[in-house]
Amino acid sequence: MILTNTTNYFGDLVSFLAEKMGIGGQILAYVIVAAVYLGFFAIAGLLLVYIERRVAAFFQLRLGPNRVGPHGIFQTIADALKLLSKEIFGTNRKDNLLYTTAYYLVIIAALVSLSVIPFSIGVQAYDLNIGVFFISAVSSVGVLGILFGGWGSNNKYSLIGGMRSGLQMISYELSSGLAILTIILLAGTLQMSGIIEAQRDTWFILKGHIPAWIAFFIFVIAGTAESNRTPFDLPEGEAELGAGYHSEYSGMGFAYFFLAEFINMFIIAAVGVTLFFGGWLAPFGITDTLPWQPLWGAVWFFLKVAVFIFFMMWFRWTFPRLRIDQLLTLEWKYLLPIGLLNIVLMAVIVYYNVLISF
Amino acid sequence: MEKIMFYILSAVIVVFAALSVTSRKLYRATMYLLYVLIAVSGLYFMMEYDFMGAVQLSVYAGGIMVLFIYAVMMTDKIGQPMRSISAKRKILPFIVTMGTAALAIYAIYSYQGISKVNEATVTKVSQIGEKLLTYEAGGYVLPFEVISILLLAVMIAAIVIAKAKKLVNQEKN
Repeated sequence: MILTNTTNYFGDLVSFLAEKMGIGGQILAYVIVAAVYLGFFAIAGLLLVYIERRVAAFFQLRLGPNRVGPHGIFQTIADALKLLSKEIFGTNRKDNLLYTTAYYLVIIAALVSLSVIPFSIGVQAYDLNIGVFFISAVSSVGVLGILFGGWGSNNKYSLIGGMRSGLQMISYELSSGLAILTIILLAGTLQMSGIIEAQRDTWFILKGHIPAWIAFFIFVIAGTAESNRTPFDLPEGEAELGAGYHSEYSGMGFAYFFLAEFINMFIIAAVGVTLFFGGWLAPFGITDTLPWQPLWGAVWFFLKVAVFIFFMMWFRWTFPRLRIDQLLTLEWKYLLPIGLLNIVLMAVIVYYNVLISF
Repeated sequence: MEKIMFYILSAVIVVFAALSVTSRKLYRATMYLLYVLIAVSGLYFMMEYDFMGAVQLSVYAGGIMVLFIYAVMMTDKIGQPMRSISAKRKILPFIVTMGTAALAIYAIYSYQGISKVNEATVTKVSQIGEKLLTYEAGGYVLPFEVISILLLAVMIAAIVIAKAKKLVNQEKN
C-alpha cells in the first residue's frame, strides 16, 4: 500500500523539537503531545456526558440540563468540579493497592487506544503498522482494571459487577475482532491510515456490500457490549448490583471510570467510522479541492463519529437490558457463528472480486 | 532516550517479577505479573516489533491474565494473605531456580552468534503472513495449519458446549 499522504503533525513536532533542543526537546515534544491528548480526553469526555444527558432527555420528552450556561453546556464542567472537590471515600477493608490502580488501568488503556486513531490527515500520534490490532489489544487490558476494581472494593456487588464485565468484554472481543478482520480482508492492511486510504474511491460499507453490512452490525453490537453500555450494562445493573464494579468509588475515582466509559464509546465509534465509513474522507470527495484539508478531514471525521455515537445513545433508550444468559447466548450462539461464516463469505467475495466500486 | 526507556522497562520487569513471586496476597501477585507482561510488550514496541508487542498485550496481558484472575478466584481464602512456607521446603525450589538461572546465563554468554543491530527492521504483518503460508524453506505452513485446526476445534467445541442443553433435550425426545 503506497500512501499518498505521509505527513504526521505530531511526528513532525517531535523531530522538529528534537533537532532544535536535542533530547530535552524530544521529551518536551512528547509531553506536549501527551498534554494535547489528555486535554482532548477530558473535553471529549465532558462533552459526551453532556450530549448523552441531552439526548436521553429528548428521548424521554424532557429538557435535560439547561440551566448552567447556554443550553446547559457547562453543566458537566460544574459536575466535574463537584466530583474533584469531593472527599475520596471508600470502605476500610478494601485492598488499597488494587482499588487505586484499577481506574488508572482503565483510563490508560482508553488513552493509549486514542493515540492510534486518525482524527484527520496526519493528525495521529502514532501511525502503527498494526493500528487496528493495537486498539483491540490495548482495550483488552482495560478489562483488567475493571476486574481489579471489582475485587479491590471488597464488596460482593462490586465483585459480581467486575466478573460480569470481564465475562462480557472478553466474549464480545471475539466478535468485534472477527468483524474487524472481515474488513481487513478488504483493506489488505492493519494500518489505520492505510485502511482510510484504501477507501478513497468507495467506503468499505458499500464496497463489501452484504458481508460488510453484516460485519458492521456485529461490530456495533459487540462494540456497545464492550463499552458496557445499555442494553449490555449488566456490570452496573443498578436494579441488582447497586452500581456494579464502581459501587465503592467516590469523587474522582468514580469520575475516572465514568470518563473512561465515554471515551471507550468514542473509540468504538472512531474505529467503526474508520473501518466502515472512510474515516476523515469526505463523501464522494466533495471537499477534496478546498484549502485547509486537515481541517475538513477533522470536520468529516467528527461528523461521522457524532452520528455513530448518536445511534449508540439511541440504543440505550430503545432496548431493554439483557439478562446475563441472554447476553452470552447472543454472543456464543449467534454473533460468533455468524461472524465466522461472514469472514468466509467476505474472503470468497474478495477472491472473486464481486465488489462494488465507483 | 532509548537507553533510558530500556532501563526503565527492565527495572519494571525485574521489580514486579520479584514482587509477584514474593507477594503474600494472591490477587496482588497477579497484578504484578500483569505489569511484567505489559513491560515485556513495551520492550517489543521499543524494538519496533509492533506485531509481537500487540500479540503480547492481547494474548498475555489481556487473555491469559483474565484466565489467571478467574483461576485465582477459585482458590481458597484469597482474601487473606497466604501462609508462608517453612524454610525446609524452600531449599529444593531455591536450588532448582538458581540452577535454571545459571544455565540460562551460561547459555547466553557462551552463544557466539549474537550480533548487534543498530537499525531495527520494521516487520510488516503481510511478511509474517507470507512466511506462515509458504511451503518453501523457512515457511511455517504445517504448524500453522495444525494450530488453526486446533483453534477451530476449540471454537466449535465452545459453541457445542453452549448448545449442550438443547442437544441433550433433542436426544431425549
